[in-house]
Amino acid sequence: MDALLQFMLSGVTVGAVYALVALGFTIIYNASDVVNFAQGEFVMLGGMITVFTYQAGLPLPLAAVLAIAITSLVGVALNKLALEPARGAPVVSLIIITIGASIFIRGAAQLIFDKQLHRFPSFSGDAPIHIFGATLVPQSLWVIGGAVLVFIALWLFFTKTLTGKAVLATANNRLAAQLVGINTGWVMTLSFALSAAIGALAGVLVTPITLVGYDVGVGLALKGFAAAMLGGMGNPKGALVGGISLGLLEALTAGYLSSQYKDAVAFIVILAVLFVMPQGLFGKSTTERV
Amino acid sequence: MKLSSKWMQLAALAVLVAVLPLFFPSGYYYRVGALIFVNGLAVTGLVILIGYAGQISLGHAGFAGIGGYACALAPAHLGLPPSLSILLGAVISALLAMLIGKPILRLRGYYLAVATLGFGILVSMVLTNERALTGGPDGMAVQGLALRKILRGWGWKLTSGEFWYILSALAMLVGVWIALNLFQSATGRAMRALHGSEVAARTVGIDVARLKLQAFVISAVYASVAGSLLALQNQFVTPDIAGFMHSIEMVTMAVLGGVGSVLGAVTGSAILTLLPQVLTVFAEYEQLVLGLVMILVMIFLPRGLLPSIAAKLKGRGE
Amino acid sequence: MKLLMTTAVSALVVLGSTAAMADIKLGASLSASGPAAFLGDPEAKTIEMMVDQINEAGGINGEKIDLVLYDDGGDPNKARTFATRLVEDDEVVAIIGGSTTGTTMSILSVAEDAEVPFISLAGAIQIIDPVRRWVFKTPHTDRMACEKIFSDMQQKGITKIGMISGTDGFGASMQAQCKDVAPKYAIEILADETYGPQDADMTPQLTKIRNTDGVQAILNPGFGQGPAIVTRNKAQLGIDLPLYESHGVASDGFIKLAGAAAAEGVRLPGTALLVAAILPDSDPQKPVVTAYKAAYEAKYGETVSTFGGYAHDAVDLMTNAMKTGGSDPAAIRDALEATQGYVGTTGIYSFSPEDHLGLDLSAFKMLEIRDGGWTLID
Repeated sequence: MDALLQFMLSGVTVGAVYALVALGFTIIYNASDVVNFAQGEFVMLGGMITVFTYQAGLPLPLAAVLAIAITSLVGVALNKLALEPARGAPVVSLIIITIGASIFIRGAAQLIFDKQLHRFPSFSGDAPIHIFGATLVPQSLWVIGGAVLVFIALWLFFTKTLTGKAVLATANNRLAAQLVGINTGWVMTLSFALSAAIGALAGVLVTPITLVGYDVGVGLALKGFAAAMLGGMGNPKGALVGGISLGLLEALTAGYLSSQYKDAVAFIVILAVLFVMPQGLFGKSTTERV
Repeated sequence: MKLSSKWMQLAALAVLVAVLPLFFPSGYYYRVGALIFVNGLAVTGLVILIGYAGQISLGHAGFAGIGGYACALAPAHLGLPPSLSILLGAVISALLAMLIGKPILRLRGYYLAVATLGFGILVSMVLTNERALTGGPDGMAVQGLALRKILRGWGWKLTSGEFWYILSALAMLVGVWIALNLFQSATGRAMRALHGSEVAARTVGIDVARLKLQAFVISAVYASVAGSLLALQNQFVTPDIAGFMHSIEMVTMAVLGGVGSVLGAVTGSAILTLLPQVLTVFAEYEQLVLGLVMILVMIFLPRGLLPSIAAKLKGRGE
Repeated sequence: MKLLMTTAVSALVVLGSTAAMADIKLGASLSASGPAAFLGDPEAKTIEMMVDQINEAGGINGEKIDLVLYDDGGDPNKARTFATRLVEDDEVVAIIGGSTTGTTMSILSVAEDAEVPFISLAGAIQIIDPVRRWVFKTPHTDRMACEKIFSDMQQKGITKIGMISGTDGFGASMQAQCKDVAPKYAIEILADETYGPQDADMTPQLTKIRNTDGVQAILNPGFGQGPAIVTRNKAQLGIDLPLYESHGVASDGFIKLAGAAAAEGVRLPGTALLVAAILPDSDPQKPVVTAYKAAYEAKYGETVSTFGGYAHDAVDLMTNAMKTGGSDPAAIRDALEATQGYVGTTGIYSFSPEDHLGLDLSAFKMLEIRDGGWTLID
């Protein structure tokens, strides 16, 4: 029994990491129909910049805020310099651009920072919390809390605020959005800044658990992308549920079946879900742009 | 006009392949050439899938892995000669593509991308984990091709580099020839109609599902044969061949060069194969430059290098 | 089409321009970036530093070493291309490299074909078993690491263990070797778990091991972030069993990443390099490891790792052989094989026609982490 609980706690922790990455995909996708494969690099930047500014002597909270701010700027730059000029290009080209950006950012990170692994202290210490014989590190609560908060904020943003609706309108029909007076350029800037900020926040929260190095982005982006697709791309609820489900699946498979094939089981389930629900668990059916 | 353009493309490619060695200062260039052709073959398959039929795949390295490991495993365990192992790999890849293609190809856009991605990861995971059979992440040795010895017996002495340059070039030329033929056939036209608009294609009576599956299977066979040739040439294969990065690399080659045209795709594979070799001079900046090239080409030449440049030279669109 | 031709030709010109005449050409293909950068990065830095040192000191018999170093990113396919380039185009007389077993195996056949001596920096036993004429290696085999760990377990009366291994090349290879050699030390492996190289949490696997009856110790073959997370997770779960790590994490960085509290009591087989400061003055390795550590840390501002040490020994062995062999690959190879009692950072090497590794188990030292630092057990 305590084993099951331990597997669940592990699954939720890892799942929350995936969910945070998946949530980062949501805004950019909603605003532009682009899946940003450089999203994992935002997570890496969040972690790395915090590590290095913290080592330089800045207090941890300030280092984290700085990391999130700088990463947002990187996000805005990515949009302005790489994606805006290619507007109207087919989806495949946009995928290549974001992959190119991710390679570029990784290359820059290994020059600016280094190729070592890093970590900074957990926010609330490392003393494990005991729950019915299972344990959880306090940092897990930060990650889970972060994922839930970002989810709620995004959900409110898209349903309750005018700006959020403007983002959705821009994605739906850019020209029409412009006609009704939405500044679509500003909407895109905002979307990339927010997505990058969420990615960086994820990096700040998960680094004490997962550690950070210049090349952790690819793995995280892959899992986050899979989680987002499982839940239904573009839907914050999908990102949260998809991320947590993926984490639980992996942990339970590792616990009860085979740790060797836990990632395989996760992908088989994703394939199975997509066969039955081609738009993911919570996806809306839209017209494709491929 | 169309017919001559097909033969012109093929002839130009063949001449290029034949003339280039005259400028090779050392045997190493044969190796690079052979890699370009092997990649070119795999990427030509992707042109059929992405460029003709408009379907994306982020998992084609999985088929390359099957082709590669067929050449490692079949000679070792079944006693099959390597040449037949290429065929065996291609058949397995085709069957697998048929099996998974049916459900997967109902998905669209990013959902298709993630499903194919999942397939590729599953293949590389099996290759990594079934250590007893595949040697695990450390990979396994691959028996060489007997053909070179036979040629030597006939008095045609080739270095390993020259041999693979010629063989890979022939494989690619055959692949390109088939793809160009397909382009002009009824099937090819139907595929392009499908690329334009699936709904429109369906309304004019095209069996969309079957057509997508055909493109998927053909491209899988291309990737598989390319994987086989790579493993045989390297005499060693590791699960990296089926990895996510290899899938991405193949798609990037196709799109960078121009996914709508076979020659463009071959150009793309040449550039992405050459780039890391050229960039060794500033190894530190290799990734920066690579990323930058990908972004800039897509921004300024959105249809890919070759088609965009050709269009600009001609002063008109295709 | 003309454009394609000019592109290709101009690319070739750029390629060709790197080939230049030089004194003694030493080639290297390492995984300085990519998933194996842990290994390749310190190796590349070490080789560059040492070649500079040698050249500043006047070179070998008055001839300078011209180093040609490529980054294969851990990709065996690229490694083979670079190896071909080294022998065919750069015309090097010797190669050091192959940070991973996969890249080594790709370089190996090129070196054998071209008859160029090659020192590998990878662990697997199949590199030198069977012995290949032109291929040597400096790191201990994974098997030796397993044996060192198991003999320590034997002394502590441990007979039943649980294993948790990374699925990367390093972890998987050592996992297989340990399972193979365990019966020799009467060790029974009751649980055999794995984790992916980028996994964030290993508590499910560790919980399974904890809940397996009779497990007396845990062994974790792997490198990178995995072992640090395993160590932290074990502390989190409060599992009170001895934890053995592999030589893959033998660096100060590991203690920092895992945290001194969680890493307390962890044992692993390491080299003299790690404990340079606490080695007795009588230890023959002391001057070598102290000098290398001081030079590396002063130049790059980061702590030395076992892997950089492998490269250090490879450069030393190769350049020593060049002193007698000059620029002749065959003569270098013969001199290399005749090496006796070379004291390196990893151990004391004596090659022979039957042994192209030349280390024995004594090269490993069993270390334990206490109060955030290393102590020698034996």
